[in-house]
Amino acid sequence: MIRVEGLRKSFNGAEVLRGVDFEISEGETVVIIGRSGGGKSVLLKHLCALLKPDAGKVLVDGIDVVPLGEGELPPIRKKFGFLFQGAALFDSLTLFDNVAFPLREERRPESEIEQRVMEMLGLVDLTKARDKKPAELSGGMRKRAGLARACVARPKYMLYDEPTTGLDPIRADNINELILRMRDHLQVTGVAVTHDMTSAYKIADRIALLHDGRIYAVGTPAEIQGSTDPVVQQFIHGISDAKVKGEVPHGAAANN
Amino acid sequence: MSALVARFGEYVLGQLTQLGQLLLLFFDIARTTITHRPRWSVTIEQLYKIGWQSQAVVLITGAFTGMVFAVQTFHQFHKVKMDTAVGPVVSVAMARELAPVLTALMVAGRVGAAIAAELGTMKVTEQLDALRSMGTSPVNYLAVPRFLALLVALPLLTAESMAFGIFAGYVVAVQMLGVDQAYFLKHMFDFTDVKDVGSGLVKAVFFAMFIALVSCHKGFTAGEGAEGVGRATTQAVVVSSLTVLIANFFIAVLFNAIIPP
Ligand SMILES: Nc1ncnc2c1ncn2[C@@H]1O[C@H](COP(=O)(O)OP(=O)(O)O)[C@@H](O)[C@H]1O
Ligand SMILES: [Mg+2]
Repeated sequence: MIRVEGLRKSFNGAEVLRGVDFEISEGETVVIIGRSGGGKSVLLKHLCALLKPDAGKVLVDGIDVVPLGEGELPPIRKKFGFLFQGAALFDSLTLFDNVAFPLREERRPESEIEQRVMEMLGLVDLTKARDKKPAELSGGMRKRAGLARACVARPKYMLYDEPTTGLDPIRADNINELILRMRDHLQVTGVAVTHDMTSAYKIADRIALLHDGRIYAVGTPAEIQGSTDPVVQQFIHGISDAKVKGEVPHGAAANN
Repeated sequence: MSALVARFGEYVLGQLTQLGQLLLLFFDIARTTITHRPRWSVTIEQLYKIGWQSQAVVLITGAFTGMVFAVQTFHQFHKVKMDTAVGPVVSVAMARELAPVLTALMVAGRVGAAIAAELGTMKVTEQLDALRSMGTSPVNYLAVPRFLALLVALPLLTAESMAFGIFAGYVVAVQMLGVDQAYFLKHMFDFTDVKDVGSGLVKAVFFAMFIALVSCHKGFTAGEGAEGVGRATTQAVVVSSLTVLIANFFIAVLFNAIIPP
């Protein structure tokens, strides 16, 4: 279980998170939605202590990770798999070596590594690209490789930063299926950040809206979809601020 | 006026912070080297990139420095009929000053830039976060192998540079300018001491540490985007080159105090 209490974080005087509170129970997948630049990636990085908050607590399985030093964090971080927004594959390593990285760090036997890496590459449909360097791959392929690397050590928690952004709808659905499979077959607890509402509805047990540095609303996909709150409505239907404030002539909004 | 003082204070504070961070990085590298199992394959790869591939640049620099030094000193000594003094002057200057400093400057430009650019790119593309998220410290995986590789490579490159510079100076003096071969060599060996070569090599060890620390630090702390990487790269070269030149003076003074030449 992950619990976040009163999380605050600012960069160069600009407050990005202004007191975030929420909880993720075992086995569920929570999707955090919110505007670009709203602090979704920042929030995700706090969960596995890649960033230190200015105030607040992050409890992972009951342990507050905020006061822990860099030397004490590896065992906590190994509970997490992190799919980064830009995949963050290591440029100097082949796809195979990238996916094998977490296993090699644990000094697993090479035969086991080979078998598990190939299994993961098969799942994300990249078996043929095993010897390619990240620079030779398309954005979508990198994303899938990043997913394979994040999952290969079978973490307890998965953090997905915009898993479907930049993918065509079929590939995106493929990733959604993988995320669901992680939850249903491996009992992985997931936190995904996205602004792809189709994906959010599909993979989420609960959806949380990050707005103005706080969790503004939480609910099941049905509850969020049925919400009459104007901020929630605006976000899930993708209406611009100008239209909400009525600055655009009525006819233009109706065309939408 | 007070704004100026405030700006100056801010600048000094910024520089002191950087110095503190460099020291912390140094202790982190030292601790990690002792407490973690060494990553041989990455270190050897770095040794190849940093040491082996820098040889051409370093040897050309050393050779031409030795040559020009021989030409210039010859014309001065020739006036007072001391042609064979070219030998010891070239060899002592190469060993004590020219080889260590010029090699370090070339390596700061070539390797320092490469390290800062590579680590900076890894920073801005979240690869450093990815390492940390898998429980691997970037200091352990990236900084230690580069630090050790530089520590081994720079003294060796410096020794090569000394040898090539002295040999090139010999060829120019003896073949081109007609200095007597036997006396050139005799005087060179008479007046060149082990401590001349030793002081050059010890300097190289210090320079290697400065270049590695500054470049890794600039890479790890690169700002956002391509611009941030560019700035980190430039600063790595400028700061490590200046550090080499300034430290060279103080190390020389210190050396002469401990072991009089
Ligand atoms: N390491 C950092 N240093 C400075 N500012 C940052 C850093 N990381 C994020 N920010 C800022 O925090 C804000 C939120 O960023 P982010 O979490 O990436 O947004 P998003 O919701 O699109 O993922 C942005 O304004 C960004 O510029
Ligand atoms: Mg983001």
